[in-house]
Amino acid sequence: MQESLSKRCTVASDVVCPFCGTLCDDIEVDVKDNKITDVRHACRIGTAKFFSVLEEGRPTKPLIRKNGVMVETTVDTAVKKAAEILKKSIRPLLYGWSSTSCEAHAHGIAIAEEVGGVIDGTTSVCHGPSVLAIQDVGCPSCTLAEVKNRADLVIYWGCNPMHAHPRHLSRYTIYPRGYFRERGHQDRELIVIDVRKTDTAKIANKFIKVDYGRDYELLGAIRAAVNGNEINAEVVGGVTKEEIQKLAEKLKNCQFGVIFFGMGLTMTSAKHRNIDNAICLTKDLNRHTKFSIMPMRGHYNVTGFGEVLTWQTGYPYAVDFSTGYPRYNPGETSANDVLQRGEADAALIVASDPVAHFPRKSVEYLAKMPLIYIGPHHTPTSLLADVFIPSTFVGIETGGTAYRMDTVPLYAKKVVDGPKGVLSDEEILERIYKEIVRGK
Amino acid sequence: MASLIIKNGTVYDPANNVNGEKMDIYIKDGKIVEKAARGAKKIDCNGKIIMPGGVEIHSHIAGGKVNSGRLLRPEDHKKLVMPKTKLTRSGSGFSTPSTFMTGYLYSKLGYTTAMTPAMPPLMARHTHEELNDIPMLDKGSYPLTDGNWFIMRYLKDGDIEKAAAYAAWLLRSTKGFALKITNPGGTEAWGWGKNCKSLDDPVPYFDITPREIIKGLAEVNEMLGLPHSIHLHANNLGRLGNYETTIDTIKVPSGTKNKDRQTLHLTHVQFHSYGGDSWKNFESEAETVAKAVNKTDNAIIDTGNVTLDNTTTMTADGPMEYYLQSLTHFKWMNRDVELETAPGITPFIYSPKMSTAAIQWAIGLELGLLIKDPWKVLMTTDHPNGGPFTRYPRIISWLMSRPARDEMLEKVNAAAGKRSSLASIDREYDFNDIATVTRAGQARSLGLSETKGHLGIGAHGDVAVYDIDPDNMDPSKDFKGIEKAFSAAAYTIKGGEVLVRDGEIVKVTYGNTYWTNPHVDKSLEKEVLSDIEYNFKRYYSVNLANYPVQDKYVKNPIELKIDAQKVGA
Repeated sequence: MQESLSKRCTVASDVVCPFCGTLCDDIEVDVKDNKITDVRHACRIGTAKFFSVLEEGRPTKPLIRKNGVMVETTVDTAVKKAAEILKKSIRPLLYGWSSTSCEAHAHGIAIAEEVGGVIDGTTSVCHGPSVLAIQDVGCPSCTLAEVKNRADLVIYWGCNPMHAHPRHLSRYTIYPRGYFRERGHQDRELIVIDVRKTDTAKIANKFIKVDYGRDYELLGAIRAAVNGNEINAEVVGGVTKEEIQKLAEKLKNCQFGVIFFGMGLTMTSAKHRNIDNAICLTKDLNRHTKFSIMPMRGHYNVTGFGEVLTWQTGYPYAVDFSTGYPRYNPGETSANDVLQRGEADAALIVASDPVAHFPRKSVEYLAKMPLIYIGPHHTPTSLLADVFIPSTFVGIETGGTAYRMDTVPLYAKKVVDGPKGVLSDEEILERIYKEIVRGK
Repeated sequence: MASLIIKNGTVYDPANNVNGEKMDIYIKDGKIVEKAARGAKKIDCNGKIIMPGGVEIHSHIAGGKVNSGRLLRPEDHKKLVMPKTKLTRSGSGFSTPSTFMTGYLYSKLGYTTAMTPAMPPLMARHTHEELNDIPMLDKGSYPLTDGNWFIMRYLKDGDIEKAAAYAAWLLRSTKGFALKITNPGGTEAWGWGKNCKSLDDPVPYFDITPREIIKGLAEVNEMLGLPHSIHLHANNLGRLGNYETTIDTIKVPSGTKNKDRQTLHLTHVQFHSYGGDSWKNFESEAETVAKAVNKTDNAIIDTGNVTLDNTTTMTADGPMEYYLQSLTHFKWMNRDVELETAPGITPFIYSPKMSTAAIQWAIGLELGLLIKDPWKVLMTTDHPNGGPFTRYPRIISWLMSRPARDEMLEKVNAAAGKRSSLASIDREYDFNDIATVTRAGQARSLGLSETKGHLGIGAHGDVAVYDIDPDNMDPSKDFKGIEKAFSAAAYTIKGGEVLVRDGEIVKVTYGNTYWTNPHVDKSLEKEVLSDIEYNFKRYYSVNLANYPVQDKYVKNPIELKIDAQKVGA
C-alpha cells in the first residue's frame, strides 16, 4: 500500500478482483479509515462487489434457529451447533464453494470426508457438462495471454462476456496489443455464435445466429466442412450451407484460433454433447492450424474448487465420501440428485445461493432439513438456514487463493479489515472441522 | 526429533562403499550419528536389508498438468482407492493418484524424497499447493525454461549473464529447485502448432535453435552453481529414429564441466532410444545410446521404464502429446502456457501384446543393464508416463533377475526379443546396484548427496528397511519375492521417525520443500528486472507483482542460498 497525497488515503494496487472467472489482477483500491473509497480498473460488476462490503444491514452476528426464529448467538455456539448437525447427519450435502478461497475448500473437503458426506460445487449446475465432455474427449486449451499474443480469430459461442465477463475482451482476447498482434483488434477477427444478437454480438466482425437448441447440429456441420465432407442439408440450425463452408475455411486458415463457450452451450438441450462436439471441432482444426477452446467459468474461484477437489480426491465435483473413499458419479452423486431423491438429511452451504438457483423440488427438500449457511450476505438460502455464520469477503477482507478460468492461480489479497468479530470462511470451516474431530 | 537404533540389518550404502555389511545405524535428532543416543528406541532388523530412503528424481506428482491428468481420467481412479483411516486421508488414482495418496504410496515403497520435474512458472503456485498436500516426503520442483521468451532472447543476443540473472529470478519467483528443459524450442513452436524437429531446427520468430538453448542453459546452470545440473527432456521424444538426436544432445553441453556431478541430466531416455523408420520396423537403439552414455563423463540419464500398464502420459512437450493422440485417437488435453511452455496429456495403453510397447519395455531395461556404471543410469518410470511409480518393485525384480526377464519375454509380443538386445543380456543387478539407481545416484545427481541417498554420519535419518534376508534369498530365482518385499517396506524411517511398518502407514508427517535461491550481482539483477517489468506489462496476462510465489505457499521450505555474485560483477 502507498500513501496517495491527493486523496489522503492508502492505495492497494495489483488487487485481484473476486467477482468473475476473468480474475483481473490489476485493480487499484483506495482505502481511508478501513473503508473502500474508490476502485479503479475494475468493471462495473467488480466495482460493485468491492463496495458491497459496505452494504447496509450486512450480517455480522451468527444466527441460530430457536423455536422457528433466528436469534443471535456467538461464533462458538454456532460452530458447535453446525458440527453437531453434521455429525448427526447420515448423508450430509456440502455445497457451493465457488466464491471462496482454495484454503476454505480444503477444510470443506476434510469435513466432507470426516462425516462421510457428499461434496459438490456450483460447477454441478454450470460447467458440469463441460467436465463430462472433457472426461470423454479431452480439451486442447491455453492460458489467456496465449490468446492475447497470438490469436487472430476469436469465437464466443453461447456466452455474452460484455455482460458476464466485462473485461475479458479488453484484457485478453480482442482489444489488447499482443506480441504477434501489434495492432490489437485490427489484427483479429471476432465471431459470435448465439441464439440472439447480444451486446457482444453487436461488436463482432461476424454474428451467426443459430436456432435455439441447434448448436449440436451446427457444430457437427462445421466439423463436416472442416474435415472435407459434404453437408447433406441446405440449412443447419438456421445457418446456410454456404455460410457454414465459408466459416470452416476461415477457421482452417487462421493462424491461431480460440473458442470461448458459456452456458448457451452447456445448459441447452444437448448439454455435454454440445461441448463434446465443440472440443472435437477444436481437435479437428489442429490438423490444419492452431486452435484452442476454453469454458467461460463464472464465479471467480469455481475453477479453484475443481482443482483442489481433484488433487485431493481425483474428481472435480459431485464427490461422495459415504464409502470412506471418494466416489464420483454425476447424476447420482451431484447435489440436485442427492436432494431430489430425498437422500440428504443435512446441508452445509458455503459461498453460494442454491435456494435462489436450484429447481423448486430441490429447494423444497432443502427447506426440510437442518441447514448451515456460511457466507457474507443475507440470501434466500440464509433465510432458510438453521445456523447462519456470516463470513468475510475473500479477496477484499481476507486473503486467499483463486484460480482463473484458464487455471492460472493467483493470490487474492486483503485490502480492508472485515467487520469486528466476523471470521473468514476458512477459519469458520477449520473450527467446524476441529469441533467434529474433537474427542475422536 | 526422534532417536533410533536400527540393529542387525544388512546395509547397502553405495555412497559410503558399504556393500551388504551387517551393521547398526544410529539416528539422533533426525540425523545419522556415530553413537547411539541414550534412551533411543531399538529396531531389530535381523534378516532384513537396509538402504537409505529412496530418492525420486523425476516423477510427475504435483501441479497443473498432473491435475489435468486426474481430471481427464475418472476411469483410472477406481482401479486404486484408499479409504480414510484414523491416520490417513482418503484418495484415488492408479496412474494419477491424488496428493495424500501419492505420499502414502511412495512411503510404503521406502521412498523419502521425490521431485516433480515440470512446473510451468506461471502455474508455480498450483504446484506448491499440491506439494503441500503430499505427506511423507521431502519435495521440490523444477521450473520449465524450454520455451521461455526471456531466456531465448538473452541467449540469442549472446547475453549469457542476463540469461543467468533471469534464471536466478525465475527460481526465486517460482520457489523452484532446478532448471528443467522440455523439448527445447519445440514448446514455443507449438504455439503455432509446429515443432522443432532437430537440434538445429530454429524456433519460429525467435531465430534460435534447440542446440543453442541447451548449450546456453547448461552454461547458465553452472554459472549460477545450482545443486542439480540442467534437467533435459530432449527433442523428438517418442519419434522413430530419435536415438540420433539423443546421441547428438549428449554432446551439446560437453564443454561445460562440474567437478562434483554431471552437467547434463538427460531424462526418461527410454523414450529417446528408438530406431526404425516406420512403426513396422520400430526397434531398440538402446545399445547405441548406452555406448554414448558409457563414453561421456558429463552426462547421466534416468531410464523412464515402460511397465506395460494402462497409464496417463503427461509432459510439457505439447507437440509430442498431440502426435501421440493422433496415433491413438484417445482423449487429449493441451495446456499452452504463455511465454513459457506447452504441457499436454493423453492416456496410453502399453499393451504387452503390442510390438511397440513390448520393445519399449525392453529398451528401458536394456539401458539399465547396458550402461556399465549404475551411477550413470537412474531408475524411473517418468511417472506416470512409462507407468506408475508403484511398479518400481517390479522393475527392480526385472533388473535383478534374468529368469524374470525371460519369463516376461515369453509373455510379451515376440518383437521385444527380436528387435532389442534384451534376450542376450546376462547381467543381473545386486542390491548395491539397486541402492545406487534408486537412491545414491539420484541424490548425487540432484546435488543433495551431503544429506540424502546415504547413511553416513550427518545424513538425514531417512532409512528404508526391506524384509529380505540376503544370505538366504537368491533374487535371480525368487524374483517374485523381491517384488513383494520392495512393494511394502518393513520400515520406512524419515528423520528418525518410523512412518511405515510392515507396509502400513503408522505415522503421517509433512516433509520439506527444497528450493534454490542464487544471488547474482545487484546491478545486473536490476537491469534484468527492468527488462522483465517492461515485457510483463505487454505480454503476460498477470501483473508482475502477482507472479512470484508468496512465501506462504511453501510449507516447511528449505531455501538453498547460493552466492553467484560473480555473475555480472
